[in-house]
Amino acid sequence: MKRSSRRIIAAWVALPVAVVLAACSAPGADSGGSKKSTEPTSVSKDVAKAGKVTLREWDQEVRGGQNAEMTRLNKEFMKKYPNVTIKRTSKSFSDLKTTLKLSLSGNHPPDVVEVNQGYPDMVSFVHAGMLMNLDKYAKAYDWKSRYSPALLDLNRVNNSATKFGEGHLYGVSQMGEFIGIYYNQKKLKSLGIKPPKNWSQFEQSLAKIKKAGQLPIQFGNLDKYPAIHTIGLIQAQNQPTKQIRSLVYGGGDTKWTSPGFEKSAKTLQQWTKKGYFPSGPNGIGYDDAAKQFSHGQGAYLITGTWEAADIKKPMGNSLRMMLPPAPAGQQQATTGGESLALSITQKSKHPNVAAAYINFLTSKHAAKVMADTGNLPAVPGATSPKSKYAVDKDMFRDWKKINSVDGLVPYLDYSSPTFYDTITAALQELIGGSLSPKQFADKLQSDVNKFHSQQ
Amino acid sequence: MSLTEKGEAGPGRSARPGGSARRRRPWHVYRRAPGEPRTVGYLYILPALAVFVVFIVLPLLQSVRYSLYDWDGLSPARWAGADNYVALLTDPDLRGAFVHALILLLFYAALPVLIGLLLAATMSRIRVRGLTFFRTVLFLPQVLAMVVVAVAWRWVYAPSGVVNQVLGLIGLGSKGQPWLGNPDLALPAIGIAGTWVGFGLCMVLFMAGVQSIPRELYEAARLDGAGAVREFFAVTLPALRPQIAVATTLTIVAGLRNFDLIYLTTSGGPGNSTSVPAYEVYHRAFELSQVGSAATVGVGLTVVVFVLTAVVSRLVEGKQ
Repeated sequence: MKRSSRRIIAAWVALPVAVVLAACSAPGADSGGSKKSTEPTSVSKDVAKAGKVTLREWDQEVRGGQNAEMTRLNKEFMKKYPNVTIKRTSKSFSDLKTTLKLSLSGNHPPDVVEVNQGYPDMVSFVHAGMLMNLDKYAKAYDWKSRYSPALLDLNRVNNSATKFGEGHLYGVSQMGEFIGIYYNQKKLKSLGIKPPKNWSQFEQSLAKIKKAGQLPIQFGNLDKYPAIHTIGLIQAQNQPTKQIRSLVYGGGDTKWTSPGFEKSAKTLQQWTKKGYFPSGPNGIGYDDAAKQFSHGQGAYLITGTWEAADIKKPMGNSLRMMLPPAPAGQQQATTGGESLALSITQKSKHPNVAAAYINFLTSKHAAKVMADTGNLPAVPGATSPKSKYAVDKDMFRDWKKINSVDGLVPYLDYSSPTFYDTITAALQELIGGSLSPKQFADKLQSDVNKFHSQQ
Repeated sequence: MSLTEKGEAGPGRSARPGGSARRRRPWHVYRRAPGEPRTVGYLYILPALAVFVVFIVLPLLQSVRYSLYDWDGLSPARWAGADNYVALLTDPDLRGAFVHALILLLFYAALPVLIGLLLAATMSRIRVRGLTFFRTVLFLPQVLAMVVVAVAWRWVYAPSGVVNQVLGLIGLGSKGQPWLGNPDLALPAIGIAGTWVGFGLCMVLFMAGVQSIPRELYEAARLDGAGAVREFFAVTLPALRPQIAVATTLTIVAGLRNFDLIYLTTSGGPGNSTSVPAYEVYHRAFELSQVGSAATVGVGLTVVVFVLTAVVSRLVEGKQ
């Protein structure tokens, strides 16, 4: 009996081993279908003639205003083209990020998807041949005149999918975003400080606020990523935008160890030492910091335009926003970009309809809908919203301004597939004082070196 | 089913009646002791076995296979051989994650078992009014979802949180700090949250064990003049051996697969001071697109779990 039961157990173990071994081609070899991202075969702008079409679309616009905007535009598109049905799936950013890869490598991916920019997502999808080259649609719909070059470049990947920021267009984005300096107008006024006009005035105001016994900048970095925005904004004042872009997109001569970046790291560390941030920012959550700011703790808050919706209600018109004041004589610059790119999947059966839909979602009319629902459209020419909050008008004004001077630099974490991981951990150590600015810069450079040596 | 046919055709069956003879004979003619398993029994467990193979054995083998590749989850993978395993042993970040997990075991397994024992010994000896209430309260953390636990402890440890407030009230305000933001203190801070979650389960297990100890043993011990401490070491502790084995195994496994608490409180930070293998598996597979490396960490973690649980059952349960 014993021997036979052993055989049966052996058979049960052998079976799965056999199955696994039988599928012994390298993982990923059979997924993805055609291995190259290609252009659509025929471009047509005629949606009505496409017959009955169901477009499946995945996005991450789950928050209040964003969801309202998408729902409304989808409804309008289906009304305009009764032959098209849009099936929308909306997930939070991190849920979309984790599930999109699986869905794209399957046989029936959605037609239109929102893809995060940079090496980890967009470039690797293009490399695996999962996204469609949209150059022809960009020409047909004249997307070039709709966006500033910096915004289109964010959605470009080169031919061999080894570099982003140049090459073919793989998507366009609906909304804009940038890192600005929110300030508590009432507080600054009570301290006798006028909104600074240049960088040194800004730094002087920090010292003055501290001297008055108040907290200059509210900041929490427990979630690891917020410091990317802070250092990015400082870096934009220390280095020419061209250099920063070449750092992030890769391939240029500039190194992370260059004096401009090291100086930025030094500034960030000094601000911590001088007590310009709350003590122990690595132990304070991002949301908690924003909440503290909205309750009057801190004169400035350095973060993105997306935060306005949450803090404008408790603060009313004492909440204002400005672009970082550039050093005297320099052009203004800040970290920023656009929301995830709307892309068409390579396996979509209706690329023409999908392109028309994307065009609709990013049109002037859509921009108006976005503004009405409390969002910042990527299209710089959008009219300012009729909002009762001063900060909304500030944002619109600054977005227009920063695009007109071509002052947007990309988020630093796009630089390599592992860069987010490296920079967030290193920033916590820099702020905590266990890394010197030089060691910090070295760490980032070695991450990038490793990535480029594997390419 | 080919398995039973195979089994019957095997040499081990030659002395037994063949299939056709079996049908003619009544059951009591079988030369098999009553209760001894029959081949047909495997048919009954077949569905469960199939589920086990499809959902556990296959994915496990698949993970082992992935761990031998360098794969981003999308493009064709590159054969990496033992590279990922070499990295597991040499990469300080990865090794660090395993060291953190072992340190956390002090808080996730050792402390809860000790506190559980202490509470069980106390509660079984002292009659307190409303004992059930206290027991329920102490067990409560075990029932809470980890997400809730994580969010609550983030507040507790915040610079303006309860811990720092209490320190301020008792005049130790200068010792207050951002607990989760300090690289030296973040790991023990998370550990304490883990202890808080785990000790209730141990206590309940041990209380159940204590109740099954014959009263006579305690009476005999007391007649011999044993005090509370002596009684605990002479009677309670030896009798609780099986429960201690169960509690230690459960808490060790829970501690090693600890992901949610780390993910939601510090995401491995500050720096990498609180990263653990279970978090690295998720982080590498889904955030860094290093499926091969993630699978390797997973395999490494499985091995550690196997070894530790085997050691525990040897040590606590004894050889059987």
